[in-house]
Amino acid sequence: MTTATAPTGHVAPTISLGTRLAGFSHLLRLAWRRDRIRIPSSVFGLVVLAVGSAQATLALYPTDEAASTGLASVLSNPSVIALYGPISSHTADALAVFKTLMMGAFLTAVLGFVVVRRHTRTEEDEGRLELLGAGVVGRWSALAAAVTLGTIAVVAASVLSGAGLAALGMDPTGSIAFAVAWMSAGLAMVGVAAVVVQLASTTRGAAGLGFGFLGAMFALRAIADSADPGTFVHSLGWLSPLGWTGRVEAYGANRTWVLLLGVVALVVGVAVALAVLDRRDLGAGVIPARNGPERAGRLLTGPFSLVTRLARGTIIGWAAGMVLGGVVVGSLLGSVADMVDDPSIRDLLEKLGGTTGTVENVYLATEIHFVAVAVAAAGIALVLRLVGSERSGLGEVVLATPTSRLRWFGAHVALPVVLTTALMALLGAVVGVVGPSASPAAPSFGAAVGATLAALPAVWVMVGVTAALAGAAPRFAPFAWGVLLVSLIVTEVGPLTTLPSWVLDLSPFTHLSHLPGGSFEVVPALVLTLIALALMAGGLLAYRHRDVT
Amino acid sequence: MSDVITTTGLHKSFGHTVALDGLDLSVREGEVHGFLGPNGAGKSTTIRILLGLLRADGGTATVLGRDPWRDATDLHRSLAYVPGDVVLWPSLSGGEVIDLLGRLRGGIDEERRRRLVERFELDETKKGKAYSKGNRQKVALVAALASGVPLLVLDEPTAGLDPLMEEVFQSELTALKDDGRTVLLSSHILSEVERACDRVSIVRAGRIVDSGSLAELRHLTRTRVHAVLRDGASADGIHGWPGTHDVLVDGFDVRLSVDADHLGDLVATLGSRGVTSLTCQPPTLEELFLARYQAQPDAPEASQTPQTPQAPQEQPA
Repeated sequence: MTTATAPTGHVAPTISLGTRLAGFSHLLRLAWRRDRIRIPSSVFGLVVLAVGSAQATLALYPTDEAASTGLASVLSNPSVIALYGPISSHTADALAVFKTLMMGAFLTAVLGFVVVRRHTRTEEDEGRLELLGAGVVGRWSALAAAVTLGTIAVVAASVLSGAGLAALGMDPTGSIAFAVAWMSAGLAMVGVAAVVVQLASTTRGAAGLGFGFLGAMFALRAIADSADPGTFVHSLGWLSPLGWTGRVEAYGANRTWVLLLGVVALVVGVAVALAVLDRRDLGAGVIPARNGPERAGRLLTGPFSLVTRLARGTIIGWAAGMVLGGVVVGSLLGSVADMVDDPSIRDLLEKLGGTTGTVENVYLATEIHFVAVAVAAAGIALVLRLVGSERSGLGEVVLATPTSRLRWFGAHVALPVVLTTALMALLGAVVGVVGPSASPAAPSFGAAVGATLAALPAVWVMVGVTAALAGAAPRFAPFAWGVLLVSLIVTEVGPLTTLPSWVLDLSPFTHLSHLPGGSFEVVPALVLTLIALALMAGGLLAYRHRDVT
Repeated sequence: MSDVITTTGLHKSFGHTVALDGLDLSVREGEVHGFLGPNGAGKSTTIRILLGLLRADGGTATVLGRDPWRDATDLHRSLAYVPGDVVLWPSLSGGEVIDLLGRLRGGIDEERRRRLVERFELDETKKGKAYSKGNRQKVALVAALASGVPLLVLDEPTAGLDPLMEEVFQSELTALKDDGRTVLLSSHILSEVERACDRVSIVRAGRIVDSGSLAELRHLTRTRVHAVLRDGASADGIHGWPGTHDVLVDGFDVRLSVDADHLGDLVATLGSRGVTSLTCQPPTLEELFLARYQAQPDAPEASQTPQTPQAPQEQPA
């Protein structure tokens, strides 16, 4: 069933487009019916991200003078650009979208990818497409419906955000360019998703390829954007859809024609995907499923080893990401050195990075807090596997053996705790090794590792939130993603705004010590850890007393 | 013999849907007990309660002398379970799953494992995703049968097996019985239960409507009789004979149904008149089953009829 298909498979050229797309409108309506909450709420979230943070920033820096050249010089520093992309102009409008432009483009791309995957490979993986495919449904219909819906989601998020910014009184052409920046990245990722779901034969495999691609594109643009304009390295950014985001220069040069790149990427991706689709079997991927060993290894003996084994690919992927990220972050430390020692710049950097001390330390703290959010996402995804296995019936298989609920639940919480700790330590170690060769002002190995480990309590709170939801209300467990997203926005965008401090305090990431450079504050770290433990214990307690269906 | 499984007045609701409505089940030690009922009658819900995965809203359940909800982990050392719809980890091979489940149960009998893999002709190297439904079922069956536990709970275990493999399963079931182990076999495939089970319980809309050995249950239903009378023998009086139904006389050819209580008298009478051929067909479980269901047409959950246990799903155009 899942053997590889030769790419030379028979293609009947006489099949009409109408036949290939039979049932398309039904599938599109079915997909919309299933996503009518998810897509609008994701789009809403993105619009709030763009418009809300722009409004708050404009309240703080209302004029171009306020967003002074001093600020602009900070924002054109390579280390800041590596994270957020370049600033397009020295205007208040450009400053207002500075932090959301890249983050939003990234999230829009994720939205496009997730929508396409959900209605193609996931459906196929779980056998539902087989049921539909046996009806009067054309071979292209499912992919076409998924791509259409993904495109609608991306366009809606981009256009509504742009319109919202224009409604704030920001430059209309710049607002169109802002929408173009998000839309180009999103449309390109819809095209990539169409191909990726043909290549991988599982949902998870598709996620690995898709998010791996997106991560690589982000890294490519981080390197390209921090190089000097006009150099070859800088021009490499045009290869990355996330590189386009900055190169549109919304509220600056306003290169709206970049949208063409996104459309071309989408069309090419879909064309390649359809060509593959015509040559492969239902249920199969281009990357063939391999056979496994006849007997289980010695290590596969209990719930923890099982959960670890199942997450093997994910663990390797994240570890590779940490090494890559550590090398990029560590080597960029060298370009931070030529900063001017201006109090107003220091003030903004503190708001951005939330720390004091040398510019290197400020930069590093910012990066570490960003990575901590990503690592928290890894932890959330692992805890959610408990819910996934319950839904698929695998949890029942394990719980019908003498495995107690304590051990099964415990394994799904212990692995994320161990893994997030290891990942942060790995990042710190790589930065600690690479940093000193890039800059004499880089923190020592111990300080780098200490700083990454100090971010863990907030990560564990996210693991705890997910565990509590998974234990008590598995249906609502995916809300953990929402909690993470809100925390990210509050911590990242909040300090630039006039939000009351209690809102900022809601995010666990707000309470992390300012490291490296600052002093490690024991009390907040301890309180966060205790909150995390309490959430985990509460989840376990609820899990032991509820039905496992 | 003592009871391995006892439930009394088991109740379970999911929202407004009543799944179990006072279910009383008893399974004796060393027997293969058939648990019969159409889809949605409450079989899987009962099994999940017996495994301690669900908590009953009311009533009591005892499995191997323990409360399954409170002592689930301990209880699971002594039982093996094959779910109705076997799912496997997509990335683990069949062999890995068998070993893993064996280790989780505290060990596996290598000799028995090897023999079962061979008998079920299982390719252990395939990964979970690559197996067909039948092969996934085989993986779960081998894992359960290879464990030396005293109680096996099998939820529609042969649903995906081909006839040859069903034969293997039947002989393994006999081996289990000879071994003195207890099996709770849930099914809606009546022939399977008819062959293997010592006793059956028929569940309908969350209650046991009948329980006993097949002989006992048959006692309550009619036997089909087909007799060809000798030339010249009289068929007079066959119509209206006590306990007979659906009488059809065509010359010397007589076909009828008779209640179990009157079968002896009828056969004696026919014999004394002279017959050249006489066949008595005991009711199949199928007929028993239908009789139980048709007897109570107004049960609360009558939407599921036994005649069409699996209505094909409608497919969008």
